[in-house]
Amino acid sequence: MIVKYKGRVVVPGDVTGSALVTHEGFNTLANLKTAGSFLNPKGVLQDMNNPELYGKKIPGKILCLPETIGSTTGGMVLYCASVMGVAPACMLFSGKADTLAVAGAVLTANWSKHPIVLVDDLGEGFLQDIKEGQRIHVKEDGTVLVEYEDLFEAAP
Amino acid sequence: MILNEELLAVERGEQGEAMRKVLKTLIMYGEAFGAERMVKITGKMGHAVIGTGSMTWKPVFDLMEELINGGALPRQSFTTDPRGVEPHVPMSLLDWGMFKVIFSGQERMEKEWERMGIKDKNAYTCTAYMEEVGNIPQYGDILGWAESSAVSYVNSVIGARCNRNSGILEIMSNILGYVPEFGLLTDEGRKADWIIEVKCQNMPEPQLLGSAIGFKCVEDVPYIRGLDKWLGNELTQKVKDYLKDMGAAAASNGSVGLYHVENLTPEAVNHALEDGGNSLIKEDAKVFVIDDEEIARVKASYPNPWKGRDDWDEAPELAFAGCPHFSCRQLCEWTDRLVEGLKRHGNEEVTMNTIFCAAPDVIASFNKRYPQRARRLKKIGVTVSGLCPLSYTSNPLTDNIRIITASNKLRYYSKARFYSEEELVEIITGGWNEKWR
Repeated sequence: MIVKYKGRVVVPGDVTGSALVTHEGFNTLANLKTAGSFLNPKGVLQDMNNPELYGKKIPGKILCLPETIGSTTGGMVLYCASVMGVAPACMLFSGKADTLAVAGAVLTANWSKHPIVLVDDLGEGFLQDIKEGQRIHVKEDGTVLVEYEDLFEAAP
Repeated sequence: MILNEELLAVERGEQGEAMRKVLKTLIMYGEAFGAERMVKITGKMGHAVIGTGSMTWKPVFDLMEELINGGALPRQSFTTDPRGVEPHVPMSLLDWGMFKVIFSGQERMEKEWERMGIKDKNAYTCTAYMEEVGNIPQYGDILGWAESSAVSYVNSVIGARCNRNSGILEIMSNILGYVPEFGLLTDEGRKADWIIEVKCQNMPEPQLLGSAIGFKCVEDVPYIRGLDKWLGNELTQKVKDYLKDMGAAAASNGSVGLYHVENLTPEAVNHALEDGGNSLIKEDAKVFVIDDEEIARVKASYPNPWKGRDDWDEAPELAFAGCPHFSCRQLCEWTDRLVEGLKRHGNEEVTMNTIFCAAPDVIASFNKRYPQRARRLKKIGVTVSGLCPLSYTSNPLTDNIRIITASNKLRYYSKARFYSEEELVEIITGGWNEKWR
């Protein structure tokens, strides 16, 4: 079953990937401060305050979140992660994206070869429904297609 | 986005490709938040968030070079966040070697900042608004700053107007001389979404109160009631220090960029109504009570970063205080607290490496104005440094050091273990024992 959501496009793009989900704020600096360097070449998330994400890899993932939080290095850190090839492919926000996430995506759109697609305002239901590992296709117009496994066995 | 003649010329590329791209980036940023125009920065100086030449931030330094080579330079002088390490801070040779690798971009970054017009060599601090540093905006000034704790302070305690801008964008704003008008730059954006009722028996520690506020409000604007009972109605240095630390904590657990304190912060005072209300509070503002129980709950919710280690119950090796950087008054206050603590415990020196952090200009002023305290601090074994403890702990070798702190910001971004200010003083001066485990 494929469920469709429609959001607002901040940085457009057509991407497909698997979902990484947090229901708490994503602290960009705490998660990615060494990502891309020899200390963390695989982009493993490092915020111990966020048990949903701690220890998981982010490169190429579709990050589904309510907002980013913390240091104002946030946008800059996303930009660095993008240039170093360890950024998420896309960020999907249930509500309005915050200034730091938007800054990061906008910086990548204008100054990096690997823009981070950003779509927000997908609705509270989006974060309630989505599960880690689900396959997501994001279209240029902000349409988000999520592949769900059927909840029930086929009826007789 | 409506652009004036000056910006239209930039958009046409009349000031070069780098400037055109800077403008395009800021337009895109503003339009995402419904900004309809750019407004001129009126503050005298900027503030940037990059003070450490971390190897992870090489793309930033490459971008800065592109801007410099493209002739896109800041219109104003600026200060920036603290350096990550200083040579006089006690550490092993191995640690020092690792720092040299991790901050391998430091020299390049500082040269770039010089070319871009940084204030001076001492401009590296997260508290540039201290009198000794001198980057103090005026009420109502439009700013394009970054650094979460500084943005929170200038918005709330001074009444300047600044969004929570990201690193790089703060430099670009400074280069363009304009910022997109939205959010905390507008009257509507500065109204409170939350009323926080502080109902503790005694004045809560600022970092814990800020932490509780950050958890609840996340990025909303709180209007705080009940604090004036302890803080009074005047923004003395002691009160400013309290608000600095509270705001920094609210900006790290959440992303609070502005708060109002009833009868105290300038906008709260200016918008007070005769009936006891305040026109800054939104009609649909939610109410949240913070009492002693909530403060205790927040403190207990902090993860123990030493959990799982073999040496988790052994004595800490390093203590940090001054994140965000201490004021001169705080350096004096904490000196006195440690001296009293040592006397109480019958000790001559602190029981572990202890580092107090403050702006280089503040340290110079402290040494000059309070030489006896400065000497005493040295005698009891405390190092005073201009470094950023957060950046210091980005060295993975420091993960193996048992660090303690009373800073919510530091504990959030590192493996430092949090204790209240009172507890920290006790541990530093009295040593480690069963009850602190």
